Amino acid sequence: MLSYDKIRELETFAVNIRIETVRAIGTLGFGHMGGAMSVADTIAVLYGEVMNIDPQNPRWEDRDWLVCSKGHAGPAIYSALALKGYFPKEDLLTLNTPGTHFPSHCHRNLTTGIDMTTGSLGQGSSTALGVALGNRLKGKDNYTYLILGDGEIQEGQVWEAVMCAAQQKIDHLITFVDYNKQQLDGYTKDINDLGDIKAKFESFGWYAQSIDGHNVEEIYHAIEKAKENGSRPSVIVLNTVKGKGCSFAEGILSNHHITVSKEQMEDALKALENKLQEVMK
Amino acid sequence: MSIKLAEKRVNEEIAMRDMYAKTLMRLADKNENIVALDADLMSSMGMMPFKKAYPDRTFNVGIQEANMIGVAAGMSAVGLIPFAHSFGPFATRRCFDQIFLSCGYAKLNVKITGSDPGVTAAFNGGTHMPFEDMGILRNVPNITILEPVDSVMLENIIEQIADKYGVFYTRLLRKNAVKIYEEGSTFEIGKSITLRDGKDVTIFATGIMVAEALKAADELDKEGISARVENMFTLKPIDKEAILKCAKETGAIVTAENHSILNGLGSAVAEVIAENELVPLERVGVEDRFGQVGPVDYLKEQYNLTYKDIMSKVKKVLERKVK
Repeated sequence: MLSYDKIRELETFAVNIRIETVRAIGTLGFGHMGGAMSVADTIAVLYGEVMNIDPQNPRWEDRDWLVCSKGHAGPAIYSALALKGYFPKEDLLTLNTPGTHFPSHCHRNLTTGIDMTTGSLGQGSSTALGVALGNRLKGKDNYTYLILGDGEIQEGQVWEAVMCAAQQKIDHLITFVDYNKQQLDGYTKDINDLGDIKAKFESFGWYAQSIDGHNVEEIYHAIEKAKENGSRPSVIVLNTVKGKGCSFAEGILSNHHITVSKEQMEDALKALENKLQEVMK
Repeated sequence: MSIKLAEKRVNEEIAMRDMYAKTLMRLADKNENIVALDADLMSSMGMMPFKKAYPDRTFNVGIQEANMIGVAAGMSAVGLIPFAHSFGPFATRRCFDQIFLSCGYAKLNVKITGSDPGVTAAFNGGTHMPFEDMGILRNVPNITILEPVDSVMLENIIEQIADKYGVFYTRLLRKNAVKIYEEGSTFEIGKSITLRDGKDVTIFATGIMVAEALKAADELDKEGISARVENMFTLKPIDKEAILKCAKETGAIVTAENHSILNGLGSAVAEVIAENELVPLERVGVEDRFGQVGPVDYLKEQYNLTYKDIMSKVKKVLERKVK
């Protein structure tokens, strides 16, 4: 069980992740706002409570791993890493500037704390599985977390990895699907309907849950349940809103990659600061 | 590098795939990080003994090459040394994006083996006949592309790449090769090997075309043409130094490969020549065509991959050579 204080701390962390991400993308003037906002709460729970990590030793061999296969959510993870002390917060403002260590999409060799290079959708599902299998073979007990976009599961490679993970009975792989119902060109149901995601994973032999992806308590408990479930890989379908918490992006279409004016950024930051006060009350 | 050439060019007793499996087993015995992956072609590759000896370190993912390459990349991120095999077209064409990004761009440590190069895919035909595998992979920055010519070279190369960090592609004949090197020879990746001296022309050959090149040189000798033969077994990084030295010393070059002349050995040598030492060059290889079924000897004739084709290209290049 999470204490009341811990829940408040994770909610605060999630708002701070959103603030830093809006500031980084807003300062640049454009970026993948929608998908970074929708996973902020899950990233807060992972880095704020669940994952066994050491910011002073980012490549610690026994750490838990995060593969963010929807690599365009990189800015939200960079924010979490900065807030955890992996590097100074000011570095976030170099997002996508020439020579930066903070590219649009996650890159393990550029950013301290990023575990896997991603960006070509689908690929993180296999690399995360490889990490989990490798750690198991080495006798380690650490977990690998994988974040997939909902549009991303249209990629065939995801289902190759899903089938393979079940065959390998890899129980230390916990996957999230950020089900924000939107992809670059519109609603997933209009482009290539995902159907019942939970049932699809179950039919592949996975343990599947479907939760509110903006509720830190639900996210935490789903991860706990996933860990207790035994010799199967686990998926947690996160029901989310694309752009969540960013005043000018939330709930609108075409917020996958968006331009941001100075005024929009300031309005969004003001709203998030208010949210922060509310959460911390 | 320590080279001893075979006295007689005969078919080897051991099949290449058996040497591959035997070598991997020997290395796996010493290094517990070595793992083998396959996409439902383990028995074709002679890897069942490996599976039997190291069941926990064998990952047959089924018919999903893209996933296999990604899993291999992930495994290498935690310190394992994965060797992933499929037939050449499936190990390259089918999972190029995964090799490019999950392995190459991510700077991981993955050894990819593509078997049945070019016409040696024989009765599997056009769908399984890679004339383009090395050409596709040349576009991956920092990848190393190797085509061992016989079992002696194969054994030595597998030993070396197990110890070298990076993405490697080994293009592998599965069946018995023609013996070129004596046991105990060792090879330097990235360095061409002089198999025969000559002063009129240099033939750079790789894979099954090495034996053809040596035969062509024997025949040309009878006609008074002195051909130097080089085994360019590393396609990338290409041995620029050897190409320029041979260009200077012989003044004409022919390349020979069981692969498309587009973006393969012929292209790689031509790029070096064009940017440095302009000498006439002719290429023996598959000329922008798809594969087809048939016995290897028939296919070699169909795609102009015989010693006679090398001889005629040599004669052609000599006509172009400035006297």
